[in-house]
This record gives sequence, C-alpha cells and structure tokens, in this order.
Amino acid sequence: MNQVGLRMYPSKPSKVYFYATCLLDVLDPNGGLAAIELLEREGIEVIWVEKQSCCGQPAYTSGYQDQAKTVALSQMALFPNNYPVVVMSGSCAGMMFKHYADLFAASEHAEKAQAFSQRVFEFSEFLARVCRANLTDTGEASSVVLHTSCSGRREMGIHTSSEALLAQLDNVELKQAAYDTECCGFGGSFALRHAEISQAMVEDKASHLKLSGADYLVSADWGCLANINGHLAYRGEASMFKGQHLASFLLKRTKPASEAKA
Amino acid sequence: MSVQHYQASQFKRQASESLADQQLRQNFRGAMDYLQKKRKDAFSDEDELAQLRLHAENIRQRCLSKLPQLLEQLEQNCQANGIQVHWAEDTRQAQQLIADLIQQAGGKKVVKGKSMVTEEIELNHHLESLGIECVESDMGEYIVQLAEETPSHIIMPAIHKNKQQVADLFLEHIKDFNYTLSVDKLIQTGREALRNKFKQADVGISGVNFAVAETGTLCLVENEGNGRMTTTVPPLHIAVTGIEKVVEHLSDVPPLFSILTRSATGQHITTYFNMISGPRRSPERDGPQQVHLVLLDNGRSQAYADDVLRKTLQCIRCGACMNHCPVYTRVGGHAYGTTYPGPIGKIISPHLQGLEQTSDLVTASSLCGACEEVCPVNIPIPSLLQRLRHDAKMPAESGISSLKGQASAASFSEHNAWRFWAWLSTHPKIYHLATRMVLTLARYIPLPMGAWTRCRSKPELASQSFHQQMKQRANKGASL
Ligand code: SF4
Repeated sequence: MNQVGLRMYPSKPSKVYFYATCLLDVLDPNGGLAAIELLEREGIEVIWVEKQSCCGQPAYTSGYQDQAKTVALSQMALFPNNYPVVVMSGSCAGMMFKHYADLFAASEHAEKAQAFSQRVFEFSEFLARVCRANLTDTGEASSVVLHTSCSGRREMGIHTSSEALLAQLDNVELKQAAYDTECCGFGGSFALRHAEISQAMVEDKASHLKLSGADYLVSADWGCLANINGHLAYRGEASMFKGQHLASFLLKRTKPASEAKA
Repeated sequence: MSVQHYQASQFKRQASESLADQQLRQNFRGAMDYLQKKRKDAFSDEDELAQLRLHAENIRQRCLSKLPQLLEQLEQNCQANGIQVHWAEDTRQAQQLIADLIQQAGGKKVVKGKSMVTEEIELNHHLESLGIECVESDMGEYIVQLAEETPSHIIMPAIHKNKQQVADLFLEHIKDFNYTLSVDKLIQTGREALRNKFKQADVGISGVNFAVAETGTLCLVENEGNGRMTTTVPPLHIAVTGIEKVVEHLSDVPPLFSILTRSATGQHITTYFNMISGPRRSPERDGPQQVHLVLLDNGRSQAYADDVLRKTLQCIRCGACMNHCPVYTRVGGHAYGTTYPGPIGKIISPHLQGLEQTSDLVTASSLCGACEEVCPVNIPIPSLLQRLRHDAKMPAESGISSLKGQASAASFSEHNAWRFWAWLSTHPKIYHLATRMVLTLARYIPLPMGAWTRCRSKPELASQSFHQQMKQRANKGASL
C-alpha cells in the first residue's frame, strides 16, 4: 500500500477488470485498445467483461436516481472477483468511486457499493499510482497540453497522475493552458439543456488549449474530448489539433523506435 | 422608482442576453479573475485551509443542529440587552413589520447598510410605496440603486459595472460631479453624497452576519464604515436577518469571520467589524435609542426540515462559489433572476421561491464542482443540485416531506426515456445491438440534438465499437 493524496493504493495486481465506458465504446475504441496494451505491458492480465454498458452517470446527474441505481447494481454484479476495475474516464470513475457509495448509502447494498468503489481506479491513476509504470519516450521532440475532466480532477485527483505519466516522456514538453482547471462546458445533459452557456464555455476552453501552443491535446476523459473535439471540428481546426485519449498518446510515444509513427 | 426586474423562470432568456453582452462578460471575467487570485493568495497553505474549512463546517453544523433552541436563547438575550426581537414568516410579513416599526417612530428617511435579506424581501420598493425614502449606503448598493438595478453579486453588488459606467451614472445623478475615471475620486464623490443622507436619516436598516445566541450580540462585517454609521447615527436601528445566521457562542465568531473575509475578498480582516449589543444606555451620548431585530424564515425552515438540504443553511454568504463558477462568470448575477445568484442561489432559491420557478436554475450547472472546492463551510453544492433536480421531477419519497414545487418539472416522456435507458443498459445483448447508445438516447429523450451541433460537429462514430473489436480480439486469441 502507498498513499498519494487522500487515497491508499494497493501494490500491482496480476489481474484487472477493464471498464471501457459508453462514450469510448462508440467514439474511440483505439484508445481502449491502447490502454489494454499498456496494462499488459505491465504484466497484468486484463479481463474484459462483455456485458458492461454504462456506469449510470447520465441518469444520476439528471435526477433519475432510481434508474441510476438499477444500472449501477447491474454493473457492480459484473465484476464479482476482488480485482481492481480500471475505468477509461475520470467522470465515470468518479461516479463509481464516489457516487455509487452515495447512491446506496443506508440501503441494503451500502456495504457492497462501498467495497466496490474501493476497487475502482481511473486508468491514468492506476498506471501511475498502482503499476508505478516507468515509461520510456521513443518519439520526436514535441509538446502536449492536458485537459482533465472536473470530476476526474475534483473527485479522483487524476490530473496529478496524468501529469506524472506525461512527465516521464523525456522528449515531450507539457504545456500549461490558461484556466486549466475550468470546466469545458460538457456536463452531460447540461450541454443540451443550457446550450448557449455550454457553448460559451467550450469556446473559451478550446481557445485556451490552442493558445497553450502545444502540438497535441490529450485527455483521459471522452466526455470532455467529445465536446472539445466537436467544437474544434466545428471551427475547422480539428485536423491540426484534435484531442486524443491519454492512453493512445502514451502508447504511441513509448513504442520501440522501429514501430513508432506518432 | 421601478427596479429592472429579472425572474428565475426566465433564466434561459436572461442568460442568453447576458452572453451576448461582451462588455458585461468582460466585466465579470475580469472581476472574477481578480477575486479568485485574492482568495488564493489569502490561503497559501492547503492543509491549513482544509482544517479551517472543517472547523467552520463543524461550527455551522453544530449551530444548525440546535437551531430552535439557539433562536430562543438569542431572543431572550437580545431582549435582556434591550434589542426587541420580531419574527417574520415570509416576505410580506417582514415588509409590514418593518414598515410598522418605521411608521410608529414617525420615520421618513431610511439609510440602509448592505443586506441581502432586505433585497430578498424587496424592502426598498415596499417602503418607497409608502412614501418612505430609502437610500443604500454601501457604495456598490448605492450604485445599483442609482441605476435602478438589483445587486449582481452578494458581496459586490455593482461588480457588473466598470468605472466608465459608474462615472456616467454619477454624471447623470449627482449634482456638480466633476467627471473623472479615477476610482478614488469616484468613491470620494459617492461618499460625500451619502454623508448628507446619514445626517438626515431617522432610521438605519442593516443586515447581520452572525447573531450570537449566548450574548445577544449582532455582528456586522463591512469595509466602508457605512454599516457603523447606519447602525449608530439614526435614532432607530432595525437589523434584518435570516433565521440560519445564529451561532451559539461568541467564540464561534472569530473562526467564521476569518474564513469569511478570506474566502470573499482575500482580506484577513475587514476594515470594520461591528458588534451590536443594544441601544444607547445612559449615560451614553450616542447610538440608537431603539434597536430591533427581525428574524426571517421565508422558506428556510423547508431546507432545515430535510437532513440533506439543511446543509444549504450552513452558508455564510462569502460569495466564493460565484467567484469561481464558470456559469456565473459568463452570465453574471442578474441572469439568475434571484436575490442570491450563482451556486448558492441555485441551492437556496428553490426554498425561497419554489421549484416551479427555479427548475431551470438547478439544471444550469455542469456539476463541475468548482463551488464545492472553495466553499468555506464545505457545502456539497453539486450533490444538493442533483437532489433538487430529482425533486423538481419526482414526487417526494415516502417519509420525506414535499418541497414547494416538488415534481413541478416532471416530464412523462423524459421519465420513460430514462426507464428505457436503464432497461437497455441492463440488457447487454440488446445493448450491444444498439451500441451506438448515445445517439439512441438522444433520439428518445426530448432534448434537441440541435443544441449539440449549434457549436460542434456531429460526433464521429467509430466504424466498429470497442465491444465489437474486443470480440474479434477474443476470437483471434481463441483461434491462435
Ligand atoms: S455556499 Fe459556500 S461558497 Fe457559496 S456563498 Fe455560501 S459559504 Fe460562500
């Protein structure tokens, strides 16, 4: 066990469950495959449970607790063994880590939810804090800017683990965007219900990220990426500067030089 | 005088107008950046801050847990000090009570210190309708009063205006004003205009930051000295506050005061801190002859009755949540159409005005958590918002009493859509058939997808989902 921030981390396990999340499933399967490759490189067996769907967050944040509970219970049941569950998005991980326990507080499922939440790790958190991965950069000199989702940052503290991983890449300069802790304006149904406010937020976010001057944009959350990339594409800027999942970026940067093409 | 009127139920339209006002957005962004930095500099040590917040939270929770008893104690001790205590259930009662006190004393001219509760009960408007002049003595409040507006921030009422706008306003309203853009000179001008009002006033009305039960003392935090003038110069002083502002001990005040000013403006202490413990006593030669305290409920007891929502009342009105809110920063305070804007406004207004009026406010958040992160008393604002979203759509669960406007935003089709979504998400076979679930969801929920594409290209869907690719991978593995 080692403690970072508020959380105690176990030592590296031999097996993990993989939780892809519903957005990555349809928007960026390659990000998921990259993450699996990185985990396997750490000598970990990655278990894919096909029946998984969505963590329940969309219903939860919209005020539909009952529906969120139904889905949360079904998801927890899919991961019965005491292996860590590695989640590919900060906000879904936050949902499973923090809000499953809230959802089932003082119910018959309280204990189960509590125990499950302790097994939940966001991908970059797991790679940095549990695997304590050592990455070797094989790429050309370039620069990157990181966007961390609000729930990932505030509920899981993953900006530090994402930064720690990027900092291991010798040839990559990590650029800082102005207002980097500010929300990108996604917030699930917020982006639709309050479209104009959401627009004002994503416009600013995309501009600040671009103004950082970085060559690449990475994030460990497809909620924010769908929002930011969607807006960059709308502006006609996505071909130059398009966000990718942190896992894809890390994998490309650490391929043996002969395979690298990032 | 009519005050420009915004309404919570018109939030979307008002927000849209604010977003289009580039000057307004610039004013807010600049001011919020400044206030964020001030707060950050005031709390350089993260661990110390965490401890201070926990301490403040504990004090507020302890005091709230004994609220009925503390209010009784406050009343007794105030009365023992010669402060007369009055109770108002709602806006109308409070207006009437205060008007009666003024009229009984033959009052005609009122000066007011900064008080959000008197904004909540629209006191100026009411008194003016009775022919009583009511002048705001806080510089920011004075500016918004001249502009016939309401405050756009709970600490800095005129934060939406820049110095040019203030100078233009003074030119229009203050005789012999020498046009200037020097902030010092502008403040000097305002102060001189107000100085005369203090001399003429026969009533002073103020708010209260902390009402101390054990001593019957009213504490007032301010920077301009107008609070001191308002509460000491006129012969009649009326303090108005919400019932949640009571604290148990005098020793509860310093920790709350210190975290309040640092969170609000980054000051370690304000220029003035007033402790009012009664009217003039002989042989004193100054101070008011009468002091009254009006305690207002106006929906607070609804929040109090619920274990979770009670946390709303921990608030010490520092404004840090709005200073750090990405929505507030962009739409400003008026768009909310409530007395209290920003995150605190979203969680308290449903109790003051009901969920029917405020259901758009509780959804107007990406739940980013910036507010909770800075709240000095650790109010879990995002989770309270989620709870209120639920209550706006669903009847109260058994054993929990209904809120005002409970289920007023219920939507049969939306509820069904979420039921369908939950069913789909728990039936993996069918879920896989509909892998492109996000789009499915968008089709069944009555949310316009056009809202997404107004500033974004359509999401590029992968040609094969992750599920499909993993299946192939497994098959490949098996055949190797
Ligand atoms: S909710 Fe918290 S941050 Fe907001 S005004 Fe109240 S005490 Fe300050």
